[in-house]
Amino acid sequence: MWPAVLALIVKELLAILKDPRSRIVLIGPPLLQLVVFGYGATFDLNHVPVAVYDEDPSAASRDLIARFLGSPAFEVVARLHDAADVDRLIDSREATLVIDVDRRFTRDLLGHRPARVQLIVDGRNSNTALLVLGYSNQIVTDFSRDWLAAHGGGAAPAVLDLRANYNPPLNSQWFIVPGIVALLTQVVTLLVVGLSVAREREAGTFDQLLVTPMGPLEILLGKGLPGVLIGLLEATVIILAAVLWFRVPLRGPLLPLYLGLFLFVAAVTGIGLMISSLAVTQQQALLGAFLFMVPSITLSGFATPIANMPRFIQAATQVNPMRHFLVIVRGVFLEGSTTAELLPQYWPLALVAAGSMLVAGWLFRRRTA
Amino acid sequence: MPITPEDRPALELSRVTRRFRAAGRTVAAVDALSARIERGTVTGLVGPDGAGKTTLMRLCTGLLLPDEGRVELFGIDVARRPEDVRARIAYMPQRFGLYEDLSVLENLELYARLQGVPAIQHAARFEELLHMTGLGPFLGRLAGRLSGGMKQKLGLACTLVQVPEMLFLDEPTVGVDPVSRRELWAIVDALVRTSGVTVLLSTSYLDEAERCASVLLMHEGRLLESADPASLTAPMTGRCFRASAPGMDTRRLHALLARSPGIMDATIQGGHVRLVTRAAGTPPPSRIPEARNLAVEPVAPRLEDAFVARLLEQAASPEPPPTPASTPTPASTATAREPAADVVISADRLTRRFGDFTAVDAVSFEVRRGEIFGLLGANGAGKSTTFRMLCGLLPPTAGALRVAGFDLRRAAGAARGRIGYMAQRFSLYGDLSPRQNLTFFSSAYRLRGARQQERIGWALREFGLQPMADAASRDLPLGYKQRLALACALMHEPDILFLDEPTSGVDPLARREFWRRIHALAGHGVTVLVTTHFMEEAEYCDRLIILSQGGIIAAGDSERLKALARSAQLPNPTMEDAFIAVLEGAAGARAA
Amino acid sequence: MSAAGVRLTALLRKEALQIMRDPSALAIAFALPAFLLFIFGYGVTLDAKEVPLGVVVERPSADTAAFEGKLRQSPYFETTEYRDFAAAERALEAHEINGIVWLREDFSRRMRSSRGATIGAILNGVDANSARIVEGYLQQAWAAWLADAARPGGPGAALPVAVAPRIRFNPEVRSRDYLIPGLIALVMTLTGALLTALVIAREWERGTQEALMVTRATLREILLAKLLPYFVLGLGGMAASVILAVTLFRVPFHGSAWALLVTSSLFLLAALGMGLLISTAARNQFVAGQIAIIATFLPAFILSGFVFDIGSMPAPIRAVTHVVAARYFVTILQTLFLAGDLWSVLLPNALALALMAALFLGVARLRARKRLD
Repeated sequence: MWPAVLALIVKELLAILKDPRSRIVLIGPPLLQLVVFGYGATFDLNHVPVAVYDEDPSAASRDLIARFLGSPAFEVVARLHDAADVDRLIDSREATLVIDVDRRFTRDLLGHRPARVQLIVDGRNSNTALLVLGYSNQIVTDFSRDWLAAHGGGAAPAVLDLRANYNPPLNSQWFIVPGIVALLTQVVTLLVVGLSVAREREAGTFDQLLVTPMGPLEILLGKGLPGVLIGLLEATVIILAAVLWFRVPLRGPLLPLYLGLFLFVAAVTGIGLMISSLAVTQQQALLGAFLFMVPSITLSGFATPIANMPRFIQAATQVNPMRHFLVIVRGVFLEGSTTAELLPQYWPLALVAAGSMLVAGWLFRRRTA
Repeated sequence: MPITPEDRPALELSRVTRRFRAAGRTVAAVDALSARIERGTVTGLVGPDGAGKTTLMRLCTGLLLPDEGRVELFGIDVARRPEDVRARIAYMPQRFGLYEDLSVLENLELYARLQGVPAIQHAARFEELLHMTGLGPFLGRLAGRLSGGMKQKLGLACTLVQVPEMLFLDEPTVGVDPVSRRELWAIVDALVRTSGVTVLLSTSYLDEAERCASVLLMHEGRLLESADPASLTAPMTGRCFRASAPGMDTRRLHALLARSPGIMDATIQGGHVRLVTRAAGTPPPSRIPEARNLAVEPVAPRLEDAFVARLLEQAASPEPPPTPASTPTPASTATAREPAADVVISADRLTRRFGDFTAVDAVSFEVRRGEIFGLLGANGAGKSTTFRMLCGLLPPTAGALRVAGFDLRRAAGAARGRIGYMAQRFSLYGDLSPRQNLTFFSSAYRLRGARQQERIGWALREFGLQPMADAASRDLPLGYKQRLALACALMHEPDILFLDEPTSGVDPLARREFWRRIHALAGHGVTVLVTTHFMEEAEYCDRLIILSQGGIIAAGDSERLKALARSAQLPNPTMEDAFIAVLEGAAGARAA
Repeated sequence: MSAAGVRLTALLRKEALQIMRDPSALAIAFALPAFLLFIFGYGVTLDAKEVPLGVVVERPSADTAAFEGKLRQSPYFETTEYRDFAAAERALEAHEINGIVWLREDFSRRMRSSRGATIGAILNGVDANSARIVEGYLQQAWAAWLADAARPGGPGAALPVAVAPRIRFNPEVRSRDYLIPGLIALVMTLTGALLTALVIAREWERGTQEALMVTRATLREILLAKLLPYFVLGLGGMAASVILAVTLFRVPFHGSAWALLVTSSLFLLAALGMGLLISTAARNQFVAGQIAIIATFLPAFILSGFVFDIGSMPAPIRAVTHVVAARYFVTILQTLFLAGDLWSVLLPNALALALMAALFLGVARLRARKRLD
């Protein structure tokens, strides 16, 4: 059995590498997505346009505003002199944040009354709005503490000392780039495996394959293993890019990462084989892959946390291989997770892999026998 | 004589060249081709697949622009004023240009409106077209649900919603059974008679070209001949004969005659061997020591003879076509030569149902070792279904099926190890080289080690594939693709070979070479099963069955089938005549 | 009716019949948008709620109880108490909690000292965005606690500066309200570009395009007959999505219907232009589908401001977003839904869409030929 399977694997790899269309699928989109996701998919705040409406030009207000100017997250684009301009700038999106320093700011500060600073934020992107508020609060708090220290007003009874484990700079690239390993490995493996049978059906070679003495199991193996190989290779390339180019720390050992990767690729291959055994044309296979991929990526925790989803959707994500692999890849990269710690992720992946392969085998037998 | 517009030919091509880039090379699909087509005639554009027929059609209809040269329709330059030309022509592309999710009537209405047929005339015109094509009862059916023959007729009706001055039909008869083919010709002939339309029709079937008033014979982008069929075949007069030797194996007779001096071409036709001599002066051998009662009688020349003569002339100067060796496969020889009665394929009340539709209904037949067995039938007769069941691609619903001694229901895998399969259009992995294709298929058939290397070496040598062993198979010429496909099917020296329309669209020389190999294989005990629409291929079979509506309606050798069609008006029926007579007989019996 | 009118209506009728009979067209135009809307509507939210938070209180007192109370009152946290820090740390590592608030043994004592106490807060920083948002929530709780503490009789002084945030347009900061309008742009990209590219590629594949070209139908009629039905289909999909968004997901809609109609028409024209352009390059459905996904769907997803803020992207990527039509439409939709008819936003973005539509359609028209090459 194995020599025939091996021949099929070699043939499959040759066909994929020699066909310009599949070469494009393997190289073009992954590279493009790596760049676009790696740099474009960021939740960090950079040069947020800020307008300043300082109703109390004074040393104190200048000091406060200078702190915003000094932050890389903000960029002061306008100084206002009229209250009517505040909403206009927000509405037209010229500024995302307007800092309105109260008329009695210095007087209140000196008089130990709460000095008011109003922050007007554009809520159209609620995530940005929340982050802007968080950053601004931090800056204002720092100002307050320094002012108290300098003016002997007595310290606050307690201050927050915030630290983040694993990702002290809270760099969202560290979160997204390991996610791309999962994302692109899934896309490429699914397309390679999902289209492989449909391609042969369209070319008419599938019948030719079926009349050989190779059994359904051998054909399934010969179709699935190239996907596993290509998936592992693709993942390795992106892991290297993550470490060498994006400089994401890789804290854990490779063994738990590759164990998870193997199970993940096997599960995706199983799903690809299911698509393959159902699709008659490459277009159908492409649509099938798309229909699987969109929910699988959306509900994986790639960009938005699973914990925020409704309970029933959280439960449904358990069968999503990408969800589990994302925990593994981020765990190994950032938290240095070990094999034992990742066991709760391994077994669902193994189950999905086994289950999907069995279903694919059954579908395959039914369609070919 | 002054040329008035009326005297101008309908179509005039002057040194038309069109090149394409493929696999890094520039290939001239149409190469400095000049021709003219007179008004009111049916002209056949004839040549094997890849000769450049479709490109030429598209150049004539303005769908492609020539790189060099001019195409003039009714004196109008097509490249400059395509819209003026299109108002006067109609064109049916390959696959008929139908919207499959529109009904028959909706397709007709669409094309009528697009061609500017006034709404008031629709009813009358559709009536006419539906009567002509016999599609009346199927008005509401979606075009995608029609059979191949009906699609072809609907495609024709849609192109004829308005009677054009010139009609272009691109391979209208490909993949269509002989009955539908004949009906199409009847429509075209009637059209020319009644409306004086000029028709250009492309085909790879040479026998169809004989129905045309004139023929453009194309090969590799160039025009070989342009004349009426009679003057094309004229030089062949007195050179064509039919030989038979009662009591002698036809294949053996063929082998003997093919080697005789003075013979240009010898082909098997049922129980006869058709001979073409090198020159009109030299008669065929009337006496061969091995064949005692050899009978030779002259027959009428065919267009194919002229084409073969032209191709041989051309091929004479460069390398000669690789002659297949006498022993294509060393295997099975031990058991061969026994005109044994051992049955290799047996189907007993074979049935296949799809839902409540019975595609194959209790079909029984047997095929003996070393036989070449043909499976014929109209579109939708159950031919492909039967064929797929025989190769184990489709499980039967009922009935028993034994292939190579194995029950296909129980030991399909074992049976598959003993059969070779060559799909229509020679499905191979186009991105892989011939060597990689051979390696893959030999491994799939469980060959390995030295044995595998030996077989790959044999295939490359035997089929003349060495020079291109490492090129991409996709870029091979059609004839070589066909050889490679056959080589792949023979890697494991199968007992049975399944062929699906193996040589349609292939040039006559390649076809002859292919069948010489098949006959040699059969001579060594390999059983061959062929399914085809192509009557020329049917002639090569020892025995045939004709299927209609899922059942066998005729069986026997080609002579016997032809005898069924023999009548006073038709003393020498062709295989196509026989096929149609049998189908009509069956339809009559059903009606009665 | 003129001959041209007859031809155009015949083509339109054909297209309508095909759309009606082809389940995949309806699937892409209606089922896929609905499916995406549900997936995104329910599955994608950036709002952290009930974040599991460990609270380590080494020595309980009234002061620690007051701080804990603030955390418990917050809808954003779900607190678990730990007696010692090590246990909490283990829970953090096991992903049972997302952060730890650590009130040390000397909390009450140091609160009353001149240097003040320190509240330790350790978050799991792997998901940086969530961590930042949790940080913000913690600061809010802390500020609320400070304000209480500063009341007369309280143990401490308040911070000298009081921040009064005012969030315009989405005061509840629901991420769904900004994601769903963006999603509609994504969905319309699918109908406009992907579906159009696929159906034209299908005509090429089946050879019907070749048959059309030799009829008297002009190129303009053939192109118009492709644009109009998918334009209507796209608007239908848009209307359905908007209704679903407003009724099911309760996204507010402050703009006017006609502004929505005009701007979506412009966007659809640009998307259809893209679809036409793709179909001039790819004549089989497989390639057309791939190009459409890479050239229209992915950019509309990532580079449009749909999820990720364009302003925060690096300059080269920001430059690229200017050629993504969805970028302008996402801005328009977010404004129409959450803010209303703000002409200072709508006009420039609509102008950009109009320019892109004119460009794509113009190039598609120029590149289209009644020929095969």
